[in-house]
Amino acid sequence: MADRRRQQKPKLTEDQGMPGAFEGETVTRRRAVTSSAHIFGGIAAAAFTLPALGFAMGPVFEKAEVGWEQVGAAGSFPMDTYLPKVITVSDGVGEIGRTTVYMRARNPQLDTEPEDEFNQFVALSHRCMHLGCPIRYVDASSRFICPCHGGVYGFRGEVTGGPPVRPLDRFYTRVRAGQVEVGPRYSVNSEFQRYSPRDPAQPLDGIGPYLYPSRPTIRKFPNT
Amino acid sequence: MPKVKLPKPPVPDALVPRPKRPGTAEKAGPRDVAKETGISAIDWVDERTGMSGAARWLMFRKVPKGTNWFYTLGSATMFAFLSQAVTGVFLAMYYIPDPAGGAYESVRYLTNEVFLGEFVRGMHKWGASVMVILVMLHMARTFFFGAYKYPRELNWIIGVVLLVLTFVMGFTGYLLPFDQKAYWATVVGVNINGTAPIIGPYLNDFIRAGPDFTSTTLARFYSIHMLLVPGALAALIGAHLWLVAKQGTTAPPWMKADKKGDVGEERA
Repeated sequence: MADRRRQQKPKLTEDQGMPGAFEGETVTRRRAVTSSAHIFGGIAAAAFTLPALGFAMGPVFEKAEVGWEQVGAAGSFPMDTYLPKVITVSDGVGEIGRTTVYMRARNPQLDTEPEDEFNQFVALSHRCMHLGCPIRYVDASSRFICPCHGGVYGFRGEVTGGPPVRPLDRFYTRVRAGQVEVGPRYSVNSEFQRYSPRDPAQPLDGIGPYLYPSRPTIRKFPNT
Repeated sequence: MPKVKLPKPPVPDALVPRPKRPGTAEKAGPRDVAKETGISAIDWVDERTGMSGAARWLMFRKVPKGTNWFYTLGSATMFAFLSQAVTGVFLAMYYIPDPAGGAYESVRYLTNEVFLGEFVRGMHKWGASVMVILVMLHMARTFFFGAYKYPRELNWIIGVVLLVLTFVMGFTGYLLPFDQKAYWATVVGVNINGTAPIIGPYLNDFIRAGPDFTSTTLARFYSIHMLLVPGALAALIGAHLWLVAKQGTTAPPWMKADKKGDVGEERA
């Protein structure tokens, strides 16, 4: 064994007795050409694959603009029932870029979450938090009903029955010059704590927020 | 009484055709040339590609005893795929992936106004269900006949990938008519997809091209449906078939080996 180890190939190609070896050459020319062909091939493939992938993934990393849309005078919203309003969340796609929000004024007797400038008016998303079907407010029972798989929500949007995993999503609202404006969407857990917007079917209680991380591009408003 | 057979009268010498001089071939008439056209065309290609050997290898194979109608489910699935490919190419001639109303209108137009449009779209729509059913039956056949066992595990794995890709085709194709059912079914499907821990939210943003259903979502689905996945499907079907031809098919599990020590045709 020790003998064999001593008999390693000499480092220089010249010492290996290769015909035409250069002085100080350690890599055979065949190997140099082969590996450079591999490297250049890899670079050529990456040169079109990486931009194409980035092109396809681009929208995922795009920062969404925060837009506010007027929905009506501050006095026009009731406290004990909901008023459906239609806002645009995605431009240039016609009807499918629009979404319904259920609006009411904050009711201090019911709304126990801490008050700030963004929840003087409650704006609930009409997407069911089970799988995203459009829910509907039923005035007679003060409940939101989902037609798809039987999700039921109470007056504040809390889950009272069926498969939904968290209360209805909400939108930030603010009042400017007597007009109520609806801003970006955020999600809430069952204690109505705010989280950055998640897709339906992603729970936010327990380890939920870690299993379903928020987008780096869309955050809730800081300190809210 | 036996029939009397009279000898034929002799032919005069002048009428007997002269035997050919050795070394002179008979000249081929135009009729003979026409008869040989197909063969010579194939010969021409074969001489330059050597493909007839591969074609013989693929087509003229020995199959085990007991091969039955269940063994046709794989090629039935392949023909369902080919039918989807052909009808899909022609549907793409009329379809416009415009979410602001153009997609729905183009589907309405090709269904109601275009000659045979309803038929071709119907073939594509029902063919999709047929293909899924055939894939499942083919998979069940493979499973119950034990045809997934050594050395065919890799072909089973390719088959599972083909199954998933077939489902992806179904999912992405469902959105394209862009009516209410298509839109809401896709919303639900994407949200189911989003329940995968950690990667779900990112995967969702990728297939929707953003946090919401945007103007590019439909184009993305369309591109996946008619370019990305069909290419992958065709390539994998090729690999699947090549492995089938290379490894041969299995005998059904109820077939017993020949008892008499008969080695069969091959060695005889």
